[in-house]
Amino acid sequence: MTRQGAYKESDDMLIDEPKLPQQGQIAALPNEFNPSYLKIYYSKLFPHADLYRWMSYGNDGKHPACDSSYLGRREFSYTLDNDIFVRYNTFNSATELENSIKDKCPLKIDIGPIYNLNPAHRNAYAGDNVLTPVERELIFDIDMSDYDDVRYCCSGADVCLNCWPLMIVAVKVIDTSLRDDFGFRHILWVYSGRRGVHCWVCDRKARRLTNEQRAAVADYFRVYKGNENNYKKVSLMGQVLHPFLARSYTEVLKEYFETKLLTSQNLLSSEERYEKILEMIPDQSIASELRGKWQESRRSSSAKEDINIIRWEQLKQLLQKHKAQGVRRCVEEIVFTYTYPRLDMEVSKHMNHLLKAPFCVHPKTGRVCVPINPNNCEEFDPTTVPTLIQLLEELNREGLRSDVEGEWNKTSLANAIKLFRSSFLQPLLKICKEEMESSYNAKLQQSKDLLSW
Amino acid sequence: MQVVRSHQSHRSFSSSSGSVSASPTLPLYRSAPELEVRLEDFESFAIDRLRVLKGISDGLSRGKKPDEMEKLVNELWKTNMRHQDSSQVPNKDIISHFVLRLVYCRTEELRKWFLSMESALFRHRFRNQTAEAQRAIMEEFDLPCKAVSNAEFESLKEKLGQVARSIGHNLSLSTTDAIYYKVPFEEVPELVTGRKVFINQGYAYVAMNQVVSLVATIFRSLLSKALILTNRKWATSIREQEQHRLTPIVEALCSSYLGPDFSQPKEYGEISLKDIDQVAKSSFPLCMRHLFEKLREDHHLKHAGRMQLGLFLKGVGLNVDDSLAFWREEFSKKVGLEKFEKEYAYNIRHNYGKEGKKTDYTPYSCQKIILSTPGVGDHHGCPYRHFGEENLRAALSRMGVNSRAMEDVMGKVRNRDYQLACTLTFEALHAAPCDAGINHPNQYFSDSQRLLKAKKDSST
Repeated sequence: MTRQGAYKESDDMLIDEPKLPQQGQIAALPNEFNPSYLKIYYSKLFPHADLYRWMSYGNDGKHPACDSSYLGRREFSYTLDNDIFVRYNTFNSATELENSIKDKCPLKIDIGPIYNLNPAHRNAYAGDNVLTPVERELIFDIDMSDYDDVRYCCSGADVCLNCWPLMIVAVKVIDTSLRDDFGFRHILWVYSGRRGVHCWVCDRKARRLTNEQRAAVADYFRVYKGNENNYKKVSLMGQVLHPFLARSYTEVLKEYFETKLLTSQNLLSSEERYEKILEMIPDQSIASELRGKWQESRRSSSAKEDINIIRWEQLKQLLQKHKAQGVRRCVEEIVFTYTYPRLDMEVSKHMNHLLKAPFCVHPKTGRVCVPINPNNCEEFDPTTVPTLIQLLEELNREGLRSDVEGEWNKTSLANAIKLFRSSFLQPLLKICKEEMESSYNAKLQQSKDLLSW
Repeated sequence: MQVVRSHQSHRSFSSSSGSVSASPTLPLYRSAPELEVRLEDFESFAIDRLRVLKGISDGLSRGKKPDEMEKLVNELWKTNMRHQDSSQVPNKDIISHFVLRLVYCRTEELRKWFLSMESALFRHRFRNQTAEAQRAIMEEFDLPCKAVSNAEFESLKEKLGQVARSIGHNLSLSTTDAIYYKVPFEEVPELVTGRKVFINQGYAYVAMNQVVSLVATIFRSLLSKALILTNRKWATSIREQEQHRLTPIVEALCSSYLGPDFSQPKEYGEISLKDIDQVAKSSFPLCMRHLFEKLREDHHLKHAGRMQLGLFLKGVGLNVDDSLAFWREEFSKKVGLEKFEKEYAYNIRHNYGKEGKKTDYTPYSCQKIILSTPGVGDHHGCPYRHFGEENLRAALSRMGVNSRAMEDVMGKVRNRDYQLACTLTFEALHAAPCDAGINHPNQYFSDSQRLLKAKKDSST
């Protein structure tokens, strides 16, 4: 008989019938999100053991090279009810971690760095700056609200299938570069629950990067330098583009701009919108020529082809023939402005920056922060990400069916957890074990050599 | 390093010892070497190196282009840093560097200057090393660079070229430009930022000129830290310990003027009293012209002014009798003949070595004049430094400097390149270049006279 069979909690859940969110709607159902639902989530669905194994990076084994203090030096922060924020939670075992989460039922769990000593003991040491981060994943945070000046379908916290492609572009561009350029392999992409994505680079080399090195990587990715004060926020100098930018353009940006965003955002269909683009053209005569053309053609919208596409072709024609490189380059600059990833630099630069743990539930949308597979990220649909209510409903339905894997396997969360394990956790732990063994053997060999006569 | 007198027992002044690392031709000066130095060499080696550094400083502030600088550095080094015993050349290099560390560690400004010049020198010398030697140096600096093999270079040539063109460097693919180094990207964050390198599979491909920058940066930061330590050691122990031996040498070195001292006037420098007003207008530098005009105007000058102008006139060729006559003529108008003889004549004769300990004083160099501190009622010093902008402009325009040149001069002044300002003034007034730059008022005078004489000769 399995544990599930004897379990009585399912009885509690039948008391009220929660409303399921409609298809395609991401917006919040705040009155449905309450602590008792979270309690059930943490008790039955949240993958504690996976989190523990990930955070241990192989140090939870019996191998002599394992560092038993490793996990205990990692900071976890909780956001509790009533906006209470608790930092420097540490755990020394899987049960400690699991029990603490189940007990405290945090609205949000953040993961911090690994410090030089157990942060719980930080006050035992005299002097300032005794606690320093020594390891931390290389992380990126891409938030849709940073694109508000180039999307018209939504703004602020909202996200829909018309603007979501911007996130797909970001994942593709950054993921490719992290792997091909920087040589990283253990990369986890996670839906942030509402309007963006997070990226966790977990290679050993990445975890040990200094702040300066992180800033350099973030800066390598940086193209957009905008604020209200400049109308031209992307400036691509140089005779040719750096290979990284060129590749991003030809493999991702151009396609997504021309086949998706141009039309879904109606970037050239109205005067207000096309003016923003015309503003970016340094040659006034071209800009006015286009303006003239487009003001005229406002009425004749009988063409079968989308007006945005027609106008974009006209714009490209004029710009690409120009003798000045700065003008020709304008085409790329426009595409980059409307599609290229915009990272939050501060998140990546500092080792001590906290970031939300995967599989948390977003309090405003109820959606679970599930992993995104970069290899088919274009299939990811934020509107169908499981919500807390939905998962509990599913548990209700499947209630008495036993499952050797765990309760989550009966719900929509199953795919997310399986993806997490197969594409990320298992390869990572395998490498950790190998690295640990080989460095241990190397040390052994070294000391043997020293002793030999 | 141990400094000895020939035939005398030595005393060491540097506690750290260690061999010089990296290639024999380009030392990294990581630690003071185990060498014996003769006291005479202690000073002369340092002076020779100082000529190189000052030459570099001059070249840089004149805005010489990189290839011109390259030539200049090579020449300076060849001229000044050789030794009759060729085996001693590396030692001279190392010793002179460490002596100058003592000299230039003592204030923030000195350290900054020394750092800039030594880094520039290092950068040029590094560029001229063989690939082997460069790799050895990079290893010393913990820059794990690997040279990119020809095969790999060929396969990446296009991408590398793209990167170069994207940052404005044209990859000419000459043999030196085709040298690339491969290094883990995290070792070169300054190049990753701003996408200045091609990165692939975790490696950054660094071009030769970028490597030079990296290496020079590391060199500079190591030297910077070393200078701070040296300063501490100097202040707490060395200066005291060496007060009778090395300290006076060290303290004199940084303010040393390295050109001819004009204590023996040349033949064509001789001027006669009747010509002096005319010659002052045509060939005196601004500092001396100002003193001269003030003397004519007020019939008096305070002591420092008398020294500065008087010694200059000596260098220019005014003999002691003419000099006495000159000063007497002016001063007697104010203080009377008797007072002049009683209070001023002695000093003039003293300057010519005719009185007292009979030292023949040498005319002041620009460096000394710039460092002086004129107060109320004083007219000595360097006008480019000590005059306010308006006064300086007025003085220059009275001299006949046109408005275009004026702006250039004022630019140099704002940048505190006073000697360059004077050089530009010279060039504007004589319509001829002064490549060596003005370092001494008497040099200004003799260069000017030479030019004017040449013009006169060619026109007759």
